[in-house]
Amino acid sequence: MPTRADFEGRERPTWCPGCGNHAILNAIKMALVEQNMEPHQLFIVTGIGCGSKLPHYMKATGFHTLHGRTLAVATGARLANHGLPVMTVHGDGDGYGEGLSHFLNAVRRNVNIVDVVQDNRIYGLTKGQYAPTSEKGKVTPTSPEGAIEQPVEPLPLAITAGATFVSRGYSGELKHLVWLIGEALDHPGYALIDVLQPCVTFNRSYAYDFYNERVYKLEDEAGYDPDDRAAAWAKAQEWGERIPIGIFYRGDPLPTYEEQVPALKAGPLVEQRLSTLSPGQVNALRGEIS
Amino acid sequence: MTPNDLTIRIGGEAGMGLESSGVGFSKALTRGGLYVFGLPNYYSRIRGGHNFFSIRVARQPLYSHAEPVHLLLALDRETIKRHVDQIVEGGAVVYDVSEELPDDLKRPHVQFFPVPLTELAKERGGREIMRNTVIFGVAAGLLGFDVAYLESVIRDNFAPKGQQVIDANLQVAQAGVEASQPFQSDYPFKMEAIEDAPTRLILNGNEAFAMGALAGGCRFVSAYPMTPGSPVLHWFAAHADKYGAVTKHAEDEIAAINMAIGAAYAGARVMVPTSGGGFSLMVEALGLAGISETPIVVYNAQRPEPATGLPTRSAQGDLLFMLHASQDEFPRFLLTPGTIEESFQAGWEAFNLADRYQTSALVASDHYLAVAYRTIERDGLNFDAVHIDRGALLTQEELNALEETYKRFEITESGISPRATPGHANAVWTTTANEHDEYGAVSEDAANRIAQVDKRTRKMTGADRDTPQPTRYGPDTAKMTFLCWGSTYGPLREAVDRLNAESSQKANMIHFSALEPFPVAAVEEALAQSQRRIVVEGNSTGQFETLLRARTGRSVDGAIHKYDGRAFTPAYIVRHATEEV
Repeated sequence: MPTRADFEGRERPTWCPGCGNHAILNAIKMALVEQNMEPHQLFIVTGIGCGSKLPHYMKATGFHTLHGRTLAVATGARLANHGLPVMTVHGDGDGYGEGLSHFLNAVRRNVNIVDVVQDNRIYGLTKGQYAPTSEKGKVTPTSPEGAIEQPVEPLPLAITAGATFVSRGYSGELKHLVWLIGEALDHPGYALIDVLQPCVTFNRSYAYDFYNERVYKLEDEAGYDPDDRAAAWAKAQEWGERIPIGIFYRGDPLPTYEEQVPALKAGPLVEQRLSTLSPGQVNALRGEIS
Repeated sequence: MTPNDLTIRIGGEAGMGLESSGVGFSKALTRGGLYVFGLPNYYSRIRGGHNFFSIRVARQPLYSHAEPVHLLLALDRETIKRHVDQIVEGGAVVYDVSEELPDDLKRPHVQFFPVPLTELAKERGGREIMRNTVIFGVAAGLLGFDVAYLESVIRDNFAPKGQQVIDANLQVAQAGVEASQPFQSDYPFKMEAIEDAPTRLILNGNEAFAMGALAGGCRFVSAYPMTPGSPVLHWFAAHADKYGAVTKHAEDEIAAINMAIGAAYAGARVMVPTSGGGFSLMVEALGLAGISETPIVVYNAQRPEPATGLPTRSAQGDLLFMLHASQDEFPRFLLTPGTIEESFQAGWEAFNLADRYQTSALVASDHYLAVAYRTIERDGLNFDAVHIDRGALLTQEELNALEETYKRFEITESGISPRATPGHANAVWTTTANEHDEYGAVSEDAANRIAQVDKRTRKMTGADRDTPQPTRYGPDTAKMTFLCWGSTYGPLREAVDRLNAESSQKANMIHFSALEPFPVAAVEEALAQSQRRIVVEGNSTGQFETLLRARTGRSVDGAIHKYDGRAFTPAYIVRHATEEV
């Protein structure tokens, strides 16, 4: 049985004190312990940003890749080895900005990935520019007069694109986040966990106080039914005095992309024997062109 | 009076099935013991416009297309208008009898054979689209080529569509032969089948590369469609189920290459086929493969660019771009196959190079090599030479035996570090796109940076031993030595033959099938034996010449460039070589 200690990394996090990433890191470790998974049994793919350094700060089998391309790399890894569970961890700029197209495509493909998006509504590592999830009017170094565009709404987008597990966590609600990660790992197919996460240095308007006053759990909301896709889509747009967290939508699992690829029916690609072609295969190929 | 080779050209609008019927007739000629060089010529559109397919046929091997036309098969009037002046004396135009030819289309030295193409297609086959089968039946009749070979191809090609379709096509082919009878004695150029010739193959460079890749263990192909590279994805998709390969038509080229990197990191042999514009989108990820030492193969079928350029034409303009794509410095291979045979070889060798050196193996083809069909000998695709070498990829047994904490980027003498794939309890590590230490952790330490850069660079020491060596064609010594790379091999080879036919020892050529790492020693040796050196390449600034100068300090005596979007022809090279002298 793995313990928290099994996930201790060689390095200490370089995140700011109070950064929501600390809690996300802890939540992932705790969820993996609860799931009885060892560090080599989950492949963590990350992009670029403060939060994408996460696998360096734990004992993890990870690949810290390029900005925005996290889900593309993870998709390739799943297609090559669908025996290995994959989690992606990346920020809102990575996931919903540079990687927006990969996000929608990963959702509609239903690649079996737990997609953790550290949503702090700001660019941290590059020092405070507005993010795809920043609100209209947000004043930052790249929007001194206020951001003009509407923010991306990842949850309704994921529901619309066909995701069957769409959730939001909050780094200030550790146990709830641990639970969400566990549920997402158990869910076959693409599972989104958008994590509200204060950036204590560059986005003080969304600090812990802001969220603590507003956040409530859908699980505690009488009558909320995460099976109802239309209701989930409406709920996913609630943002104001009250901000819901939890599982917005949990549909019946659909076949994953990997399950539907003919060549993968025989098992993970990397476990299939790789050899040169048989004389019969060579003859068949030559036959096509003679 | 039949020359050594004939060119039959079929022309019409896009959507008339020119390429498929052209390839079918090329296959029939190949089955009939003849050698073919078949070149499609098309525009970037689905319907309308003017397309044509040229079939050069001979009794001896061919390496390129040629300009003169001996038989023009015109499915519309536009074809006559555009090509009548390429027809040699005594040559002929086959056209539909309902077409009224204005005088300005007629030429005194050209014969015109009206045939009821549409009527025969409709009456004997039931569909107007079968006009192309009728007209190839006419061609067989005129050439004296046994229509049985065309019939055998029809049976094979239409087998999936059922006996009725087969029969209809056989009937219209026969109708074409019959319709040619009144003109057979007037048509002077004959190309009879050679009975009992050995079985040969006919294919294009895309197919050869794809087959080589499959044979070499490529089992993951991700791509975004772009002419002329996408047929490689089509080919793999068509064979994926049978051979256990995964293909992914991704949302864009950036996703395609990043998927490939993810799959390669997990342990698959991966390839990304594209053209120059798609490759442009991939360059950042190429750097990720470089710094993470992840083996990938990228196939770029070049076309004239920048941006959209001439989408359905040919060029060799991406050489220096491919050598330098992505920021800063990291090792890579660049293979530049010149023939169908070399495309096949590059197809499997690229994967061994990528795995052994844990880096990218880039393959530069171009439209001409990618889409032109050529008859080759059966063993021209040398499956016997194929082997799979995964380099320092740790096996399960080796992983089981690991005791120390795994160092993915261990500093080694060769620069190559044993590579694990994710999922083993003894190799738990994270690789980063940042500069990293031996364990894969982010490191900004200056000494570590130098050590890791040196390690990656050191991998390539002597690596040109493992890439295809330059090949010489022609006499050992000659007045002119041509230097070329990629698809220029074919037209240049024939140009060398023509020049030496004029006077012996006039020309030879050195072809480079791999340009990175640059084969300095082989180049020095070749140059030492040459008198007058002329580079022949399909770009306007002389990229190979620049590279040659940069890597050897050597200059050349002349250069022949072509950048009109059309491949070199032997005649073009001979003409310019004569001017050079």
